[in-house]
Amino acid sequence: MSVLELRDLRVTYRTEGGPVPAVRGVNLTIESGDTVGLAGESGCGKSTIAAAVLRLLPKGTQVEGTVLLNGEDVYAMKPGRLRAVRWTGAAIVFQGALHSLNPVRRVGDQIEEAIRLHRTVTGAAVGARVAELLERVGLQGAHAERYPHQMSGGQRQRVLIALALACEPTLLIADEPTTALDVMVQAQVLALLEELQRERGLSLLFITHDLSVLTSTCRRLAVMYAGRIVEEGPSVDVFARPDHPYSAALAAAFPTIGDSASRMNPQGLAGDPPDPSALPGGCPFHPRCARAVDECATNDVALRVSGPGRRAACVHVKEAADG
Amino acid sequence: MRASYVIRKLIGAVSTLAFVAVFNFFLFRVVNRNPVDSMFRGRNLTREQLDELTRKFNLDGSKWDQFVAYVRQLLRGDLGLSFRGNRPVVDVIAEALWPTVLLVGTSTLLAMIGITIGYRAGWKRGSRGDTVSTSLSMLTYSMPEFFIGMVMLGIFAASLGWFPVGGLEDPGSTATGLEQLLDQFHHMVLPALVLAIAYVGEYMIVARSAMIETLREDYLQLARAKGMRDDEVRRKHAVPNARLPVVSLSAINFGFVFSGAIAVESIFSWPGLGQATYLAVRGPDLPVLQGLFLLMSATVILANLIADLLYGVLDPRVMGR
Repeated sequence: MSVLELRDLRVTYRTEGGPVPAVRGVNLTIESGDTVGLAGESGCGKSTIAAAVLRLLPKGTQVEGTVLLNGEDVYAMKPGRLRAVRWTGAAIVFQGALHSLNPVRRVGDQIEEAIRLHRTVTGAAVGARVAELLERVGLQGAHAERYPHQMSGGQRQRVLIALALACEPTLLIADEPTTALDVMVQAQVLALLEELQRERGLSLLFITHDLSVLTSTCRRLAVMYAGRIVEEGPSVDVFARPDHPYSAALAAAFPTIGDSASRMNPQGLAGDPPDPSALPGGCPFHPRCARAVDECATNDVALRVSGPGRRAACVHVKEAADG
Repeated sequence: MRASYVIRKLIGAVSTLAFVAVFNFFLFRVVNRNPVDSMFRGRNLTREQLDELTRKFNLDGSKWDQFVAYVRQLLRGDLGLSFRGNRPVVDVIAEALWPTVLLVGTSTLLAMIGITIGYRAGWKRGSRGDTVSTSLSMLTYSMPEFFIGMVMLGIFAASLGWFPVGGLEDPGSTATGLEQLLDQFHHMVLPALVLAIAYVGEYMIVARSAMIETLREDYLQLARAKGMRDDEVRRKHAVPNARLPVVSLSAINFGFVFSGAIAVESIFSWPGLGQATYLAVRGPDLPVLQGLFLLMSATVILANLIADLLYGVLDPRVMGR
């Protein structure tokens, strides 16, 4: 059974300026123990998906399609069941540089709260469990007494990872967990996440705008643009030989370590991400696409098989037999 | 709590108080060079009698001598003599203290219901409950105390006769103990309600906006993701972060407990510090005013000190500053 299955997920935010479609029909499946990366620019809907899985979207947001978490429809759950599933079925590693930790409460206290809420451990064992979690992410048990402002960004990120692991979730959703960290700390946090994933056989959904991060961490990769997946496949293949011009631009935006040619010549992508409330007709990427042809302005191509285990949504992709 | 933080705040409070004491001295000397002359003008007093009075009120000698004498008195807890009735200022103030603490203390506690209302309204921003309570708060907050007082007095005392029109006790009452307290309570209901109505809106509005500030914080989303109930997220994560503005406001208002409520005490003939201030201004009874000013400043400074120390407990980040 899949840990997570999104079937034609559509999320529309209600704003004062009218409805804003953030996710426009996403299909995504994560098998048990699998690692899937979700990449895209800010505003492409990737973080909306993270929030949608645990039904954390603002009140009034329109959600269509199906979200199956361990086979159970999240949007059909009663409030009590939903609360029980949150953090045990799926937990989110939030971004540590932002104010994801409550500034006026000790970090140990915030981890303990999750454990007590779901009664994964009870009584005197709770304190030991908190210390164990902190030590597992490379901190010390004594760090439990600290307040968030007394820790560095990297330490706070580790606390958030420990927090996400507190109730042994089946699925871990990492929502840009390394974005605001400096490069050294970023590498450490990534290594920790990979290690934990292997050690516990966690299923992982890793969300980031940094494609290069995903190739080492994730087996499979999905690239999002304007609320849709435009390319998916094994991450190494997608990164090395992208089928969609957008994935190609995203991959080229990051210099490859050890390749001085790419380091000296990072390829930017012209133009801004599209406004979700006023998407261009046809393929939403065509105004920024270097390979756009006339057809792109009218034909919004659906995902099509582009190779073994790979799919892409582009007119240039010739339909291939899925192998 | 870090000792240095406490010491820093203590030093700040004590030096402010010392400054106020000095300022207070000069303020009333500048207002009136020799109040005795003007007080007793037109009465048939000999120069000797006037000099005698001047000495009695510590107005003779150079300003420096007066100042030294004033500070000495102050350190002994002596605030001098009232111009009226030859009574020590301390006695005049002490007499008015209890009624005011009873009245303003009670109404301040009542008004603090506004904090809970404000937090809940802010949490459900834009809901019907929010709209109703915010509008009501704006309405009561913008009405002057004396207006609310007159309306309440007119309805509940004059027309319906449920409550006495004024005073602390029934005139000529000899009741003591519990009976006396109940009588005072009966007299207090109207003025306390008026003050509570006048202040509840302020608490509500401050608490509401402090809560709204926290609504978009990421840690609330994290708390929800953990599987906490909505009201738990509010109580355990949002409210602790929305406390500081409310603590400041409460501190200031508790400081005013000792300055009395001048308008409401006058309307309800409540023999508290507010009325004492009113009478001292009308005198003018400068020594009493001086003593009242000192007391008000001292309580406001003390309340702020307590608020500062509370900040340190409520928000660990404050101490590092």
